Amino acid sequence: MSFGQAILVAVLAGAGTYLVMHRTLTRIILGLAMLGNAVNLLILTSGGTPGEAPVIGRTGEFTDPVPQALVLTAIVIGFGVLSFLLSMAYRSWTIDGNDEVEDDIADRRLADEPDEVVDHGEPT
Amino acid sequence: MITLLLAHLGSSLICLIPGRRSARWALPLAAVAPAVTFGWLVSQSSAVLHGHYPTTTITWVAELGLTISLRLDGLGLLMGLIVSGIGTLVLLYSTSYFGKRDDLGRLAGLLVGFAGAMLGIVWADGLLTLFVFWELTSITSFLLIGFEDRSATARSAAQRAFLVTGGGGLALLAGLILLGQAGDTTSISQLLADPPSGTVVTVALVLVLMGALTKSAQFPFHFWLPGAMAAPTPVSAYLHSATMVKAGLVVVARFAPVFAPVGPWRWLVVSAGLASLVIGGFRAMRQADAKLALAHGTVSQLGFMMVLLGLGTPATTYAGMAMLLAHALFKAALFLSVGVVDHSAGTRDMRRLRGLLRSLPVAAGMIIVASASMAAIPPTFGFVAKEKALDSLLDPGVGLVGWVALVGIVLGSVLTVAYTIRIAVGLLGNDAPGVPAADGRAAVVETPVGPSSLHRPSAGFLAAPVLLAALSVVFGLAADPVGHWLAEAAASIDPASASGSLHLWTGINTPLVLSSLIILGGWAVWWTTVAATRTMDAPYSLATRLYDHAYDALLAGARRLTVATQSGSLPFYVGVVLTTVAAAMATALIAGASQSITDVKWFNSALEAPLVALTALMALAVIAAKQRFTAAVLLGGSGYLLAIVYLLQGAPDLAITQFLVETLTIVVFLLALARLPRDFSPAPPWAPAWVRIGISVAVGVTVAAFALGASHARTAPSVGEDYIALSEPAAGGRNVVNVILVDFRGFDTLGEITVLAVAGAGVVNLVRSARRQQRRKQLADGVELEDRSGRPSEVWR
Repeated sequence: MSFGQAILVAVLAGAGTYLVMHRTLTRIILGLAMLGNAVNLLILTSGGTPGEAPVIGRTGEFTDPVPQALVLTAIVIGFGVLSFLLSMAYRSWTIDGNDEVEDDIADRRLADEPDEVVDHGEPT
Repeated sequence: MITLLLAHLGSSLICLIPGRRSARWALPLAAVAPAVTFGWLVSQSSAVLHGHYPTTTITWVAELGLTISLRLDGLGLLMGLIVSGIGTLVLLYSTSYFGKRDDLGRLAGLLVGFAGAMLGIVWADGLLTLFVFWELTSITSFLLIGFEDRSATARSAAQRAFLVTGGGGLALLAGLILLGQAGDTTSISQLLADPPSGTVVTVALVLVLMGALTKSAQFPFHFWLPGAMAAPTPVSAYLHSATMVKAGLVVVARFAPVFAPVGPWRWLVVSAGLASLVIGGFRAMRQADAKLALAHGTVSQLGFMMVLLGLGTPATTYAGMAMLLAHALFKAALFLSVGVVDHSAGTRDMRRLRGLLRSLPVAAGMIIVASASMAAIPPTFGFVAKEKALDSLLDPGVGLVGWVALVGIVLGSVLTVAYTIRIAVGLLGNDAPGVPAADGRAAVVETPVGPSSLHRPSAGFLAAPVLLAALSVVFGLAADPVGHWLAEAAASIDPASASGSLHLWTGINTPLVLSSLIILGGWAVWWTTVAATRTMDAPYSLATRLYDHAYDALLAGARRLTVATQSGSLPFYVGVVLTTVAAAMATALIAGASQSITDVKWFNSALEAPLVALTALMALAVIAAKQRFTAAVLLGGSGYLLAIVYLLQGAPDLAITQFLVETLTIVVFLLALARLPRDFSPAPPWAPAWVRIGISVAVGVTVAAFALGASHARTAPSVGEDYIALSEPAAGGRNVVNVILVDFRGFDTLGEITVLAVAGAGVVNLVRSARRQQRRKQLADGVELEDRSGRPSEVWR
């Protein structure tokens, strides 16, 4: 892994983090995609030095095929998750007219309520 | 034995079936199982008294040594007779007490279930069997105390009782497990036959005592018991005379002969017992409600028995057994009689009751007899038992603690006599109208209830208390045979107590002198306080107040903790999670930074530098993008560039996949974005920008540092070399990545496809339901929704 690749991982992960911490679902999805890219790159590049594509018959030092297989799976699954989340954003929009992730109302209500007064009944 | 317990369980379930429907048959039906048990116990008694103890063992989990084991010894026989006998009487009494109600099925079911659980405790031989039945009584008593579930008092009292005894139950469980580990057995009889020793055992015994003291309502856990008066009177009678509170005594009685000399046992038991004896006595002096006064008296009496049984010498154990029997008889009789008074007069307030001696002669007689037994006045059984108790304490041979116990018990008994007289006189002897309290506290003297305003109880209603009160006298007169029977029963827990005997008249000796002094002292105390206590109604007890405060504070604290940590904001949670990730990785990196990372190139190839710069720029541009469409395209751009990075890394398969997927992603985004508003919503950020940027930078830097560290951390050769070597000979493929995916790790790929299929199904359903909703809206509004597609929704303008 080179410093250049490390910097790219840092930028992708940082940008993804920033997007994920948004309230808009679309931005969160973009952020997740970006985080996915960062992690894929991380796995691939930390797997070893770059070399020839691992195809039998080619000459030269092969790159490690295992991280490649892992990342290939991850890319595909990432796509599945992304499409699912996008359809959720769409569904959310048809219900609320926006795709904003709202605060949990129950938690808000709890914060606004006064302390519960327990009725201990008649003294004994 | 297990059959009898199952019979209790079975009849309990049958009684619970009708639910809210009227079920008057339930109470008599529920009485069958305890009555049969009583008969069986009588038939077994001669064998048991001669040392042949019936046992039942059912293996549950053999590997863990878990068995349900029961053993009927002398203590089990005595307590079994008390539990089932008084249980039968209470259930029959209840048929008259309750009359018509629509939840009698529930009451009967709970009562008989409770009786069964209590029998389980007194018969249990396995440590865990004991615990299981112990908890069962906690649960059933919770339901019984809270039976009047519309009353906040009852609910609160039930919860208090459950939390206190349940907490004690956990201590007991820990203690029993430690004992079982130390003694390498799960059988109580084996444990006591071959007792282990050591620090662990001392700790275990203190834990067991915690359980026993909470269950038997001993100081400082005594406060739950008077609150339990919120239960209907028959339930109180049963809980306070024969069961529940006796469970702790049974455990102490079993363990004390062997373990009393260990560690702080005797001091713990004696101090808790004496404190309860005195506090209960004082509070019993200050109640206006006769039932509450009796309840505080129960705390006091339990303290007395706790001291006797806890000391664990043969003589005190024997006296304690006698007291167990005496207390069960007179306390049940008193509670049931007060129930009769309450039922007939409509109140238990001693300030209002007038002239019961004339109007309820039978009930009044029972109250006098049972009170005499409670105050230890001859010729009752209470007197005989207390004589024995005083005698056993005169020379217990356990050092200072024995003398403390004697002095404490004499003083406490003075109080017992005083409050007994006060209750009896308060219930019966009052002909004068109520007077206001001396300190001007509002004396709640409403309409006095006298002979004219009550109805007479039926004979069946009176039968149970009459029988119990009569037994208190009969056993007193027949002290010698009863004493012989008890001695044989006591021999099962301490063989040395087999020589014990009871006599009504033992000649003029120290116990008799003490008894006389106690009675005189008690009368004097009552006489001097009679005016002050006539109109008194005690305030909330300090222990209850402390408990309630602690309970309220716990709930409020839990709420505040929830409010402080659970803001309900998803971005906040995500921020916390990611900060934790960054912090954890940073810690790991700093802790593991043993070798410096050397020999790292800036770029692997000349092409990499501009590529990295461009990809990074695009990624940052996604953040800045104001419109959804722009952001999606920029993300796609950075994805395409990433594919080239993969290619340079020597991964053409990945590059192709990334390229295809990125194209698909853009298509899906466009499909979805066509419906969504164009601009991002102006939703307020959850934290200032510098916080969010700080977290992002921290995550980015730590992830990159981790990547650099990880890429230099390899210590073993990659499995990839095997895959490369095997690819052609084993799988017949040349592209190793492909071979891994479809052959070596084929099942992983199957899983991946499944995930895709599930996600696809989810997408289809979400989109279809969205469509349906839109179509409905369209029909309802008559508006062409298609017009709005691709434009910001009205909400967002």
